[in-house]
Amino acid sequence: MAHTYTPGLKVVERTVIRKRRILPLKGEVLVERGAAVRAEDVVAKTDLPGKVYPINVANILGIVPEDIEHFMLVKPGGVVEKDKPIAMTKGLWGFFKSSCFTPAEGTIENVSKVTGQVLVRGEPLPVSVDAYIDGIVVEVIENEGVVVEAQGAFVQGIFGVGGEACGVIRMVCSSPKEIMDRGSVPDDCKGQILVGGSLVTSDATKRAIELGAVGIVVGGLADQDLRDFLGYDIGVAITGSEQLGVTLVITEGFGEINMANSTFEILKSNEGRRASINGATQIRAGVLRPEVVIPLDASEVKQRTETEEKPSVGLQVGSEIRAIREPYFGRLGKVIALPPELRVLETESRVRVLEVEFDDGSKTVLPRANVEMIEH
Amino acid sequence: MTEIVPEKVRSILATDCGSTTTKAILIEKRDGEYRLIVRGEAPTTVEAPFEDVTMGALNAIAEVEELADRKLLDGSQIISPQTDAKTGVDIYISTSSAGGGLQMMVAAVVKSMTVESAQRAALGAGAIVMDAIASNDGRLAHEKIERIRQLRPDMILLAGGIDGGTVSHVVEMSELIGAADPRPRLGMSYRLPVIYAGNKDARAEIKQRLGEKTDLSIVDNLRPVLERENLIPARNKIHDLFMEHVMAQAPGYKKLMAWTDAPIMPTPGAVGKIIEAIAKLENIQVVGVDIGGATTDIFSVFSGVFNRTVSANLGMSYSVSNVLAEAGLENLMRWIPFDIDERDLRNRIKNKMIRPTTIPQSLQELIIEQAIAREALRLAFEHHKSLAVGLKGVQQERTISDAFSQSRSGETLVNLMALDMLVGSGGILSHAPRRHQAAVMLIDAFQPEGITRLAVDSIFMMPQLGVLSTLHPTAATEVFDKDCLIHLGTCIAPRGSGKPGAPCMQVSADLPNGEHREISLSLGEMYLLEAKVGETIQLTVNPHRGFDVGAGAGKSLAAKVSGGVVGVILDARGRPIALPADKPERVRKFQEWHKALSVYPEYSF
Repeated sequence: MAHTYTPGLKVVERTVIRKRRILPLKGEVLVERGAAVRAEDVVAKTDLPGKVYPINVANILGIVPEDIEHFMLVKPGGVVEKDKPIAMTKGLWGFFKSSCFTPAEGTIENVSKVTGQVLVRGEPLPVSVDAYIDGIVVEVIENEGVVVEAQGAFVQGIFGVGGEACGVIRMVCSSPKEIMDRGSVPDDCKGQILVGGSLVTSDATKRAIELGAVGIVVGGLADQDLRDFLGYDIGVAITGSEQLGVTLVITEGFGEINMANSTFEILKSNEGRRASINGATQIRAGVLRPEVVIPLDASEVKQRTETEEKPSVGLQVGSEIRAIREPYFGRLGKVIALPPELRVLETESRVRVLEVEFDDGSKTVLPRANVEMIEH
Repeated sequence: MTEIVPEKVRSILATDCGSTTTKAILIEKRDGEYRLIVRGEAPTTVEAPFEDVTMGALNAIAEVEELADRKLLDGSQIISPQTDAKTGVDIYISTSSAGGGLQMMVAAVVKSMTVESAQRAALGAGAIVMDAIASNDGRLAHEKIERIRQLRPDMILLAGGIDGGTVSHVVEMSELIGAADPRPRLGMSYRLPVIYAGNKDARAEIKQRLGEKTDLSIVDNLRPVLERENLIPARNKIHDLFMEHVMAQAPGYKKLMAWTDAPIMPTPGAVGKIIEAIAKLENIQVVGVDIGGATTDIFSVFSGVFNRTVSANLGMSYSVSNVLAEAGLENLMRWIPFDIDERDLRNRIKNKMIRPTTIPQSLQELIIEQAIAREALRLAFEHHKSLAVGLKGVQQERTISDAFSQSRSGETLVNLMALDMLVGSGGILSHAPRRHQAAVMLIDAFQPEGITRLAVDSIFMMPQLGVLSTLHPTAATEVFDKDCLIHLGTCIAPRGSGKPGAPCMQVSADLPNGEHREISLSLGEMYLLEAKVGETIQLTVNPHRGFDVGAGAGKSLAAKVSGGVVGVILDARGRPIALPADKPERVRKFQEWHKALSVYPEYSF
């Protein structure tokens, strides 16, 4: 392949961040346009219809569905109590009656003469949506929610687990190369987002959870540790609803891999600030990446400014690259040659390659598909 | 699209925009026949930061330009028609499964009834079913709403209720969809297509709830009565909407559609066309597989019945991690003939998932990737076997008792002993550095029984030829015969099991060079007979008692079998293949097999 691209993750010091905060069903918006909100402020709420319990009354009572209405004790719209009968046969001379009970309290929503099924709708469930980031409400979507806007730093990771959380940024490693182990986790990390270096160990994650940290941002994570925490393998990369006890954002990849310097520096320069974190990831089609949002205080925002994103240039001699595949995974270096002809690899495949000089001065040949450019 | 006069076509450019890479091929008419000239590829650019599929297509075409020394592009425009022997092409066509293909969600009332029918309709149309929502699936209403929002499907198929039956359940489902106000995955500016194929009495209610929020289409009920499915109208609508909406909204596709001389076809649809054509032409039973980055599609033709399944989430890049999750580490490790740390293997697989365009650089990495492919293929084939019956693509009659017992309607149509030809396509098979590796991957994963021809798509061009066959059948057939299908050879494998080392089969073979060979194989052995493409071997196979090679247990069979780039493989490992449980013994056997078949001659185990 002649071309190679970075996955297109956004890591910027200052940008305008906008978040749509929408209820799952129409409800009430609690804030007005222009209001300053904190991440944990509830901005909209509603009552969701309760759980639906289908009960096949015709089967249970041994009747034909068309006759179901004759046996119902409660009509559609009527209120039912848990474990109380909702339908009953007449029996024989008042004996041998069969009854059908409801598994939950609620209302009878539907009685079907076709399937003999009765739907009981449980009690409504209150649901609310918070602002997720500190910022200003710039748009109110009537009965649905709001758009919250903030200016600040924005870091996208490559993979994450766990949902939305908010806390104060705290650096627990002094360099992007350092491993975040149990000893790196400070006792007073409750409510904080901990920033590590090249890897977070299983012990460090456990300790962070025990002590109540809300987030971990780190270069790498061992998949085995992730599996042990979750109790299952993540197959399809659709995450965000895991109940891990902490939200994890991996910026580089699986295994030990240094956090990109630029990412580390942005996080470091924001130490002590409140940030919002979300591990939700969908890799396919790149619609959703995990993120860390670090809004500026309203007083710091004089005008709307955004760090300009540099246009991406292709690979050139001199380009800084990172190897993204074994046997050189994670190693950094500079391109020293871009031979145009196809070369034969050890696998006997013929591919486009580049010659690289690694940081330690050693040189090798890598398939172009196996490197990622590091852009500053 | 311009009028095509087939006889006047001198050159054809075709691209397939896959989820990971975009492949371009150039076909030229030389000396009166159409031949493949070169092939180029580039990463697909349907995702951020590019979000324009044409960029990847242009990059792949630029590579073709370079390799063929022919000017095809004028800036970012394809030069068409051809102006001279070195400039432009007469036809440009494309297929696509970029962004993971067509991702759908189905919603219906009863999980084991209308939901199943809706799933069959969507799968048969070449879609991936991301989730199936039912009134009685145990999830809370708000959980369903969240799920619809979170998954962001390309399209939703809503069904439920027999005609004349209750309307309330399906209306409730429509309310949930309406409440979710789902946004399509690709492109924010259009309304999500929803197809309603449920109780006809509920149409007005559905229209009222979804007519404004979504792009609603209404088709005939896919389950008009309990005992009958009518899937065709829903499937046709899915195809139409895929072209009109999903494709048109995918980043850059509008531009791509304007360039092509035929409608862009979903990749599984295009490959299916080719597989069906092979079976029809040779009157044989065929299984075809296209293993991609995100999905694995399996096609089969048995007794003239064509079936297609799309195994979402089984693939070699985006979905590679799911292969591990579904197959389990043990199943995967059994194909790896050396020690590897489990933690390391897991990280490698996950890194492939998050950086899907990387390729194996070391032989060890290649062996690992090919081990994963065996499991992906095996799982996808299991899936196909279980659904082949229910996806006949015609109206299917079921009795009321079948419908209520929710049983699968009968046995699978897939019969490995009757299988005549196994065709592999997709990067891992087509690009295996040695064809022997592709042959062994196919045999290990599909475990063909009796006598089976093996073939691979030479450079993964079946999708392009599939769409070309709709526009220029002659060119498609010529290129397919001469440049696409690589005949690997034939696999001869008796069905049966026994103790390792016990006698399995005796083979008398008259080789193309006139030599006569008598081969005696014990259970657990493999042997390769040399026979090139176009050559045949006349042989008689005498399976030992308890083993069947097609004529019945212990009965001998005489046949003339085709050679290929690999040869004729005698596989006496039994069916199902029993790998030694003991690891050192397993590794020793792998070395023996790989040596016998010349799979990894460069690797020192």
